Amino acid sequence: MLKISADKLNSLFDAISAKQTLYITVDNEKGSAEYKKYESGMTLSKSLNTVRSAKDFFFPQTENLADFKVEGKNIEVIDVREESEDFVVFGVRACDARSFTILDKVFLSEPVDSYYKNRREHSTIITMACTKPAETCFCTAFGMDPTVPEGDVAVFSDGENYFFLERTEKGKKFIASISDMLEDGDTAKLNEVQEKARNIMKKLPLANLSTKSFGGERLMKHFNSEKWAELSESCLGCGTCTFVCPTCQCYDIRDFNTGHGIKRFRCWDSCMYSDFTKMAHGNSRNSQLERFRQRFMHKLVYFPANNNGEFGCVGCGRCLSKCPVSMNIVKVMKALEDKE
Amino acid sequence: MQVNENFEPVIVAFCCNWCSYAGADLSGTNRLNYPANVKIIRVPCSCRVNPMFILRAFQKGADGVIICGCHPGDCHYTSGNYFTRRRITLLYSMLDFLGIERNRTRLEWVSAAEGAKFADVMNQFTEDVRKLGKNRRLEDLRCRKQ
Amino acid sequence: MQEAMIKRAKELLADGTVNRVIGWKKGEFFYDATPAVFRTAEELDRQFIFDDFTQANVSKYLVKESRKDGKILAFLKPCDTYSFNQLVKEHRIIRENVYVVGVPGGPKLDIEKIKAKGITGVLSVKNENYTLKIETLYGTEEMPFYEAISGKCESCKSKKHVAYDELIGEDGEVLESNRFDMVEKLENMTAEERFNFWQNELSKCIRCNACRNVCPACTCENCVFDNPKSGVDNKAPADSFEEKMFHIIRAFHVAGRCTDCGECSRVCPQNIPLHLLNRKFIKDINSLYGEYQAGADTTTKAPLNDYNTDDCEPSIVHERGVE
Repeated sequence: MLKISADKLNSLFDAISAKQTLYITVDNEKGSAEYKKYESGMTLSKSLNTVRSAKDFFFPQTENLADFKVEGKNIEVIDVREESEDFVVFGVRACDARSFTILDKVFLSEPVDSYYKNRREHSTIITMACTKPAETCFCTAFGMDPTVPEGDVAVFSDGENYFFLERTEKGKKFIASISDMLEDGDTAKLNEVQEKARNIMKKLPLANLSTKSFGGERLMKHFNSEKWAELSESCLGCGTCTFVCPTCQCYDIRDFNTGHGIKRFRCWDSCMYSDFTKMAHGNSRNSQLERFRQRFMHKLVYFPANNNGEFGCVGCGRCLSKCPVSMNIVKVMKALEDKE
Repeated sequence: MQVNENFEPVIVAFCCNWCSYAGADLSGTNRLNYPANVKIIRVPCSCRVNPMFILRAFQKGADGVIICGCHPGDCHYTSGNYFTRRRITLLYSMLDFLGIERNRTRLEWVSAAEGAKFADVMNQFTEDVRKLGKNRRLEDLRCRKQ
Repeated sequence: MQEAMIKRAKELLADGTVNRVIGWKKGEFFYDATPAVFRTAEELDRQFIFDDFTQANVSKYLVKESRKDGKILAFLKPCDTYSFNQLVKEHRIIRENVYVVGVPGGPKLDIEKIKAKGITGVLSVKNENYTLKIETLYGTEEMPFYEAISGKCESCKSKKHVAYDELIGEDGEVLESNRFDMVEKLENMTAEERFNFWQNELSKCIRCNACRNVCPACTCENCVFDNPKSGVDNKAPADSFEEKMFHIIRAFHVAGRCTDCGECSRVCPQNIPLHLLNRKFIKDINSLYGEYQAGADTTTKAPLNDYNTDDCEPSIVHERGVE
């Protein structure tokens, strides 16, 4: 397999960023990881994953959709869309890479979201295989192998080298564009590292989490479950889980009056909020129980019902570590699963 | 600091109906000059000024915000301006804590009889803000005029 | 401690003093307890937990719980009792419907601090002579106990329970804390440095509203930032101005009522030191209007609901040393 030695990784980043915008994961001053535009001298994060998911690249927290200029009785609509530049994201984990295919199902099915599509088409996703999963990881429950992630190119580290594997046509082109910096490498040590990682996967505390009690056909059973009252009791109704989640894709569209025009923007929204989908008649989900149920039903029941059984969760574990009251999808799944 | 003499700041003045708003009138009838930069918003009492009004003024393009009320003890509603005083002291201190230039905010007591003071205060405040230049630290980029 | 609490809770349930208990419920791991209401002795035995990681302040839940039928038993740590008192004072909690059992406070530990050391796959943590022995998927790690202390416990202001019906364990004292150190450090910076500091911190905000929703002082039925008629409602920061607006106004709305419980910073997914904004107000109130601790009692007037005819003028801000 083609590889580059670890000490040359930064010169590879320099070479990529000379041609197109490159984003890598870096650790901030508080020790948590985030995606940053690569500038010379930055080092790749050692953390397992970023606090915010990688969905920001395609579905940013806020974006301007259109501008309106009002003069007298005339309204001029200004299209603010610009063709996105090509960009590369380096260091995406298997869970986040899978989240893109889930987001694609939402944004790229008819009617196609041109804002999303534009960015998606101009991206090259380079994933990183996991070697040290955390106790909060449960991507294997959703059929992923984090040691061989999806994406355009998958990168594996054996501690001394980074190996590159093409996963798509786009990835093939990408590897070709940097091939002068890569060399053939021996994967013996890498195989060992991967074997070790796979063994750890089996020992993860959530390794036995099962999705077999969920899916579209269980709709009424789960919807009417009495457990929701207890599960949602402590929920604060904040949007932390939604906003750190790589697959949550609900948004709101609002107009902002700048004083000399209108900006129509869209921003992330959360079904945990009291004003989510509020309409003229009021709110469709009045209690926190209903809102809480909506979020988990969407991921575990409604989404698979509409998408050939694919779940709306990738098991990244962000909600497990970030929920202020530690209520999360794993606790919900364990409470609702069939007990026999 | 480089001072741009041509810069015309936008000043928002919240004036109490019972004193400084009348003070502004008096300074007009006395033909005293105060800068056209000052946009007056009349409020029933200085105490009506919600901290959010101040921030929104900055958001929508103000370079300085001044609140004018009755002298302590003279409030039309007995004690409104005493509450204003505590509230605004804390707010200005917080804005200072966030690194917003101090001289962009002010509070002055101007009675209905103090037309000359009103003009003085506005002249002085406008000059102070002019020296600071455009408000950049508390502006909303979307509101900036291209 | 946990056993004593469960035992006492069972007694109070059995003799009918209370019909519910609010505390912390065991999680998936050893560190992720969830605030929960227990109704039976069996539930308490099975799920009730109180240990180094039960940080959550449960007093805000009592706003709703104290309006339900029957009395509820609440286990409150010293810092939680301040929030409780403040809510009683504001008529948000119906005092008669709560039976408060004071329990010892921290220092509590924060799993994030352990993980920030690069320790991953944590399975268990044991405190041996103030050294934490941490079992992970990748072997055993060690770190000093004090480096894992939760941010809110680092500058503890009081170990005294200001409201309780009974205590388990000893009551403590109000402490001399160093909680204003960081505020002072910032005050001594130049305006530009302060601006850069806050710009950097607040720009991380994702407007998840966790700080607001967890805050025991934020008990409005409809927040101004959720009200489409307020003109400032916004779900996401579309411009860097909006984060400042949100956090300044939120801190201002709780000024004089914030007990400095530290929940806002604890829950922030982006680790923004939001408590510094509240502490700035507390420090200013203390120095300008006299020492005041929100929640210390249920009778004194809040500083922003009060005034003196000889209060200082706002110009005091303009006359400070560093610009």
